[in-house]
Amino acid sequence: MTAIADAGVYLPVKRSRGYWASVAHRLARDPVAMVALALIVAIALTAIFAPLLAPADPFKGSMLRRLRPVGFPGYPLGSDELGRDMLSRLMYGGRLSLLMGVTPVLVAFVIGSSFGIFAGYIGGRINTLMMRVIDVFFAFPSVLLAIALSGALGAGIVNSIVSLTIVFIPQIARVAEAVTTQIRTRDYVEAARVSGARALSIVRVHVLGNVLGPIFVYATSLISVSMILASGLSFLGLGVKPPDPEWGLMLNTLRTAIYSQPLVAALPGVMIFITSISFNLFSDGLRSAMEVKQ
Amino acid sequence: MLLYAVKRILYVTPVAIGVSIICFLLVHIAPGDPLTAVLPIDATAAQQAEMRAAYGFDRPLPVQYGLWLWKVLHGDLGNSIATGRPVLSEVSRAVTNSLILAAVATLIGFTFGTFFGFVAGYHRDSALDKIASAISVLGVSVPHYWLGMVLVIIFSAQLGWLPPTGAGPDGSGNWRPDFEHLRYLILPAVTMSVIPMGIIARTVRALVAEILTQEFVQALRAKGLSEWTVFKHVVTNAAPTALSVMGLQLGYLLGGSILIETVFAWPGTGFLLNSAIFQRDLPLLQGTILVLAMFFVLLNLIVDVLQTALDPRIQRA
Repeated sequence: MTAIADAGVYLPVKRSRGYWASVAHRLARDPVAMVALALIVAIALTAIFAPLLAPADPFKGSMLRRLRPVGFPGYPLGSDELGRDMLSRLMYGGRLSLLMGVTPVLVAFVIGSSFGIFAGYIGGRINTLMMRVIDVFFAFPSVLLAIALSGALGAGIVNSIVSLTIVFIPQIARVAEAVTTQIRTRDYVEAARVSGARALSIVRVHVLGNVLGPIFVYATSLISVSMILASGLSFLGLGVKPPDPEWGLMLNTLRTAIYSQPLVAALPGVMIFITSISFNLFSDGLRSAMEVKQ
Repeated sequence: MLLYAVKRILYVTPVAIGVSIICFLLVHIAPGDPLTAVLPIDATAAQQAEMRAAYGFDRPLPVQYGLWLWKVLHGDLGNSIATGRPVLSEVSRAVTNSLILAAVATLIGFTFGTFFGFVAGYHRDSALDKIASAISVLGVSVPHYWLGMVLVIIFSAQLGWLPPTGAGPDGSGNWRPDFEHLRYLILPAVTMSVIPMGIIARTVRALVAEILTQEFVQALRAKGLSEWTVFKHVVTNAAPTALSVMGLQLGYLLGGSILIETVFAWPGTGFLLNSAIFQRDLPLLQGTILVLAMFFVLLNLIVDVLQTALDPRIQRA
C-alpha cells in the first residue's frame, strides 16, 4: 500500500534518452516514415512467408488460362503470359528483388565504410591516392557501370549483386571518408591521441561512434536506387533468369501483354515503385530523425 | 581563371587514365577466353594460338593495355565482332541519337524541375511545397523503365496518340528534326526527364530557400526593390549550381539511358550496349562504355570550369 502512496509523493524522474532512443522516438512520430517502414516490413514478410501465403504455385502455368485479367475467378491479380498466378508470383518475386536490391548496399556499406574510414583516418598522401582511385569510379554513371560490369561478367544473380556492390562501394567510401576527415580533426580525437590512446581504440571509440550513423543514413538512401537498378538488370536479362519470379524480369516478359492485359503487365513495376519509394521516404525520415545534414 | 581550367584538366588526366584501365579490364573480367566469341567452336589449338598472337592476347597485361591505349588514342576502337564494322563508327552514330534524347529530356526535366523547385523554395512548408516535394520524391523513386511502359500503355496502346517504339516512321536508325520524328521522341524524352526533374527540383528548392534567408535579400527588400527584382537576384545566385546539376544530369542520362532506350527501341548507345552484351560483342561493349565514360568525364570538366566562370567564389582545389 505504501508503494501507491509513494507514487503520489515522488515526482516522476525524467530520464534523458540515449541518442538512438531519441532517434527512434522522433522517427516514431514521423507518420510518413512510419507508413514507409510498415510497407517495407509488409513486403518483406510477404516475400519471406510467400510459401505459406501464396494462393498458388508460382511456377505452375496453364497455356489455356494465359493472361487472365485482374479479378478473374481463381486469379485475384490475373495470370501472366504463361498462365501463372500473378499474385503468387508477385509475392515470391519480392524474395529475389529484395535480396538483389538490399544485399549490394549491405556489402558495400561494410567494404565502403572500412575503405573510407581508413582513408579518412590515415589522411595525408595515402588518403589522396585512395580517393583518386574512388574518383575514377565516379567517372561512370551508376547505371552504366552496373550494366558494363554485369554485361562483361555475364547474366546471373550473383554477378548482378557483385556488379551493384562495386557500383555502391565508391559512393559509400566517399561519404565515409568525408565524415571521418571531419571527425579526425575534432578536439576530443586530438585529446585522445595526446593522452596516448592507440589508433585502433580511437577509431573504435571516437570515430566509429560518430561516423557510422551518417554513413548508415546515406546507405539507406541507396537502397531505393539499388532496388531499381537490380530489377533493371533483370529487366534487361542480366539478372535473374526465367522461370524464377522477380519483379524486373516479370516486367520484361509481360511487355508483350501491354496491348491485351495492360494492368497485369504493369503490376510488377508497381511493386518495384512501392518498395523503392518506401525505402526513399524511410531514409528521408531517418535522416531528419538523426538530424544528419547532407 | 585560366590557371584554374588548366589545373582541372591536369586533375582530370589521371581520372581519364583510370577510366581507360577499367574499360580495358572489362574484356578481361569477362568469363572465358576473350577470343571465344571470335573463334569458331572447332578451331584447332594452332589456329587459337595464331589468333591469340594476332590480337596480342599472348602478351603480358600491361603491354596489352599499352597497345590498346595507343590504338584508342589514334581513334581505333577495334572492330565489332557481330558486324565487323569499326566500333568507333557504330558508337558515334548511336551517340548522336542518345545525345538528342538525353538533351531533350534534360531540358524538359530542367524546366519543370526549376519551376517546382522555385515554387517550393518560395513557399516553404506550404501545401504547394508539399506537392512539389512529393513530385520530386516520386521522380527519383520511380523505376523509369516501368514508367516508360506505363506511358506506352496509355498513349500508344490505349489512346493511340504516339508511336510506342523506334526513332522514326521509316524504322531507320537516325532521328531527324521534323514533325513526324518529333512524335517518336516525345514518350522516351518525357520518361527520361522524370529523373533529372526530381533531382533538380530538390536542389533548386534547397538553394532558393537558403538564398532567401540571406541578408542581401533582406537588404534588397529594405531598399524597396520590387519582388521581381529580388527574384532576378535569387535566380542569378541559384543559376551556377542549378546549371551544373543540369550538366551532370545530362551526363547521367546519356550513360544511363540503356533501360529507357531498350523499352522504346531507341537506336542509341543503350540499344547498342544491349546488343553488344547479348551477342558477347566485347569490343563493342568496351568501346561504347569508354566513349560514354569519357564523355561524362569531359562534361564534368566543362561543367566545373563553366560553374567557376559564372561564380568565381567556388573554385575547387
